Amino acid sequence: MRENLHRFFRAARGAGVRLSPAESIDAMRAVSKVGFTDRTILRDTFLLTLAKTQDEKKALGDCFDLFFDQPEPQSPPEDGEADGQHAEESNAASDSPGDASDGGEQTERLGQLAQMLLAQDRNQISAAIANAAGAASLSDIRYFTQRGIFSGRILDQMGIERLRDDLDSLAATNPALAERLTNALDGLRGTVRETVSQALMLYGREEAENLRNEILRNAPLSRIEPRQVEQMRHLIRQIARRLRERYSKPRKRQRRGHLDVRRTIRRNAAWGGVPFLTAWKRRHRDKPKIIALCDVSGSVARVSDFFLLLIHSLHEVVDDVRSFAFSGHLIEVSDILESKSPEEAMAEIMSKVGFGSSDYGSSLDDFEHGWMSAITPQTTVIVLGDARSNNLDPRADILRRIAERSKRLVWLNPEGRMAWGWGDSEMPRYSTFCTVVRQCATAKQLERAVSDIVASYQ
Amino acid sequence: MADIRPSASIEAVESGLAAQGYIASRQIATAVYLAQQIEKPILVEGPAGVGKTELAKAIAAWRGMKMIRLQCYEGLDEAKALYEWKYAKQLLYTQILKDKLGEVLGGAPTLEAALNQLHDFGDVFFSKEFVEPRPLLQALEQPAGCVLLIDEIDKSDAEFESLLLEILSDFQVTIPELGTVVAVAPPTVILTSNSERDLGDALKRRCLHLHIGFPEQKLEERIVESRVPGISQTLRRQMVSFIHEVRTLDLKKLPSVSESIDWARVLVLLQARELGHEVVKDTLNVLLKYEADIEATTPQVSTFVAKASRQNVFG
Repeated sequence: MRENLHRFFRAARGAGVRLSPAESIDAMRAVSKVGFTDRTILRDTFLLTLAKTQDEKKALGDCFDLFFDQPEPQSPPEDGEADGQHAEESNAASDSPGDASDGGEQTERLGQLAQMLLAQDRNQISAAIANAAGAASLSDIRYFTQRGIFSGRILDQMGIERLRDDLDSLAATNPALAERLTNALDGLRGTVRETVSQALMLYGREEAENLRNEILRNAPLSRIEPRQVEQMRHLIRQIARRLRERYSKPRKRQRRGHLDVRRTIRRNAAWGGVPFLTAWKRRHRDKPKIIALCDVSGSVARVSDFFLLLIHSLHEVVDDVRSFAFSGHLIEVSDILESKSPEEAMAEIMSKVGFGSSDYGSSLDDFEHGWMSAITPQTTVIVLGDARSNNLDPRADILRRIAERSKRLVWLNPEGRMAWGWGDSEMPRYSTFCTVVRQCATAKQLERAVSDIVASYQ
Repeated sequence: MADIRPSASIEAVESGLAAQGYIASRQIATAVYLAQQIEKPILVEGPAGVGKTELAKAIAAWRGMKMIRLQCYEGLDEAKALYEWKYAKQLLYTQILKDKLGEVLGGAPTLEAALNQLHDFGDVFFSKEFVEPRPLLQALEQPAGCVLLIDEIDKSDAEFESLLLEILSDFQVTIPELGTVVAVAPPTVILTSNSERDLGDALKRRCLHLHIGFPEQKLEERIVESRVPGISQTLRRQMVSFIHEVRTLDLKKLPSVSESIDWARVLVLLQARELGHEVVKDTLNVLLKYEADIEATTPQVSTFVAKASRQNVFG
């Protein structure tokens, strides 16, 4: 039963329930108190100890039902007993069907699997499948590509080699019986395939999802295929949520620290040092201020979608964010990002300034004239763009002034370092004024960059 | 394993709580039973008014233990939840004892000897005498154990959760100046949350996770029966059925169990025998808390009342 529990935990992980060893230990302790007899209590116990959210409870409940509906793999019966049983059963089976009476002698010479199939004893067959599945460690299945391998292994375990030999010899001597056996084998193959698919559903889901996400995280944002865009958005939103969970601070915070002895004594000097009034140290923390400038021109349009999504999430994490979008000229988009859902906001921004040909010089000029005073020595300025200015004046002097006014200037570029400086890329000129310059072409790089920025304020 | 009869004990929990007027679903009873058996806190989540706080009260009443309640809010910190030093007392004592200083140090011939003697007294001011225990520390100090209710944990800050972790996993707290205070008798801890904020994994991992949703119709009837004994069976069935219909609507705040109980009380007060269109319209404000919700429900009242009385015939 312990083995069974472990298999269930693995299945639960497959169903997307995050499950640490400590939790499984708790569950085992709980189960040892309630026992296995009552299925509903067992289910409740797992739901209480393992699942931590309502979604997980649902997933786990489904998983429980799926898992315990499977025939439990029985431990192989002891040899002597088993032989006797099988002999009896196969005798009984070969006796009963009328058409096989003449083939009775032949069936006895056949392998165990063939006998079992001909006997058509469902319970015996499913027990044999379950045993073979255990021996082939079917619960290790992770990816759908492994289905073939595991089906093959299970059939091997059940003795399909012997069955093929039997079929060959029967084909010559008893075609009718061979035909029946072939049909039965097809049925068996189907059942095994189903068992494997079910196991994949139980144990494989999470891995497959992780793999897909991992591939997606490392895929260049600019080359995402349309069908993957939705998945990518989902992923970015996950990243944003993680950032939020990690860094979001409640609006109000207790700022009282330890007793400030010096100030207390000074304050109470009037009473001859008898401390009636206490003074407290206050915690100081830099208030994060971020200004994000996002290029939404045609050349980076596909990436800027994701940039905007991430900036949108920045608005949720950090109180003081002002965002600007530009291609030919620059506008402030903080209000749009704060008041609308990500999709609506992005559509609106794109319709206002998106898809034009970029002019970094005039956009920086717009910024300098309109909002330069918003930059304080606490501000981190983030520029997201490829620095391709269509051979127009890059106005790097404005960027220098921005860098001088701000705490940090971070440039995230979706192009690889190799491309910087080639063609109309002004990156080398700009980068001299930046505190940090990073390539930011995949979701993973994007996450790391933003996470660093936010973390520096903690 | 044969001599354990868990179902019997779970039933014992069920009947114990029922005796206090708390009708628990099977899952709630299982959670309470397990919390006792493997000594883990229960994190109760669910919409407002389904009886999360009531559960803690019922457990305390049933097991005859004191209930200590910690109401969480934004900005709640160590000093208010766990313990605080009585600074003013410390300072005043130093002042009062200033005169005694000469006596203490009287025999010391050198400055070093005086300092050494002072060191011996230094710890006096950071001793139990000067600790002001707050709910969490109080809970650990109860000799007979207690039920510790940490209410609306989702309202507190994320830092506060970390403060709770030591208590939740080991039933102890460490006070830097004093050392570790271990619970005399492990308290039964109930945490409640309306899921306003996602709680940390570390906290969730230490608790049994119980979700109380709106009860099923039969269970809710039993709850109303136990809380409002004067109500007739017909009316009870009709009103619960009506509430279940209302809960299918898309409202700002769905009526919860506490509202059902209030409504049942009102109906009894009005001496209603059956659920009628007029009575419902007059008392809808007991059930629904927003003007918009009442407006949304009013057109449906007749249908729901009809449904409820029909169900009474068949049910």
